[in-house]
Amino acid sequence: MSAINISDLAVGQALPERSHTATNVSLFLYNAAIWNPHRIHYDEPYTTKVEKHPGVVIDGPLQGDWLNQAVVNWMGDGATLTNFNYSNRRASYLGETLTSGGAITAVDTGSGTVDLEIFIKNEAGDVITPGTAKVRFS
Amino acid sequence: MSDLISAEAKTWIGRSAEPVRIEISRRDIVKYSIATEQQQQKYLDGDEAPAMFMFGALRPVVPMDQLGPDGIAAETFLPPLPLKRVMAGGTEMQFHRPVKPGDVLIATKSLHDLIAKQGKSGPLIFVVTKLRVETEGGELVLEEQQTRIFR
Repeated sequence: MSAINISDLAVGQALPERSHTATNVSLFLYNAAIWNPHRIHYDEPYTTKVEKHPGVVIDGPLQGDWLNQAVVNWMGDGATLTNFNYSNRRASYLGETLTSGGAITAVDTGSGTVDLEIFIKNEAGDVITPGTAKVRFS
Repeated sequence: MSDLISAEAKTWIGRSAEPVRIEISRRDIVKYSIATEQQQQKYLDGDEAPAMFMFGALRPVVPMDQLGPDGIAAETFLPPLPLKRVMAGGTEMQFHRPVKPGDVLIATKSLHDLIAKQGKSGPLIFVVTKLRVETEGGELVLEEQQTRIFR
C-alpha cells in the first residue's frame, strides 16, 4: 500500500469497492470467532420456520467489519481511524453478494482529518448498512 | 408515550454493569481476522486486532443452560421494558489506541438513555448503552455508543 497524502484528497473521491460473499463456512467461523450461538446464522430450518427469515442471516456486525475494512484498507498504515459509525438498516441473507465502498465528504488539511461516507450495498444496489468514518492523516 | 418507560426502568439510566476483564490473545485475533477476510497482514498475523474485534471479544460467555432455544444468552443488563422484539439501531465508535495481543482490558457498559417514540407501526423504545474499554492501567482504548430499538 502506498501512503496517501492528504493534499491529494478531495471531496467526492471514491474509495475502492470490494465484494463480499459469505458462505456457510465463513459465516460459521465468524459466529464461532465472536461466540455467537444465535441459530439464525447457521440453522436454516429454524431460521425460516421459527424466525421467519427467507434464509440464513448475515450478521449485521460482520457487515460493520467489512465497512470498517473499506476504510482501513484504503487509508493504509500512515493514517489513524478515529471515529467509525454504522447502522444495519436492512437484513441480508446467505447467498447474497454485498459490496462495500464509500466516498470522501470532507477534507480538513488544517487538522489533517478526512470524513467519509461509507456503505454496504446489496445486489439490487440498495444501501443496507450505511456509515461514516473520520480518519486522521499525520 | 412516557408511560412506556416505567419509573423502575428510569432508575436504570446511568447504571453500569459489572466491568468485564479480557485478556487479548493473538490466536483469537487471527481467528477473527480469517473469518472476516481481513487483507492486512498485521491483522492476519494477530499483531493488532481489527477495530470490530472487540465487539466479538465482549460478547457474553455463559454456561449452556443460560442459552435460550434461539441460542441467545438471556440479557442480564437491561431494565424491565414492555416491548420485547429488538432491532439493531446504530453503533458509534471512537478509537484511542490499537488493541494488541497480551493486552488486558477492562470493559464497562452503562445504560446511557431510554427514549420512547411513536413509530409507523407502533410504539418504540430506544435503548442507548455506552461502552468504555480501558487498559488495566486506566489508558482509554475505545468508546462505543450503541442504540437498540425495542418494538
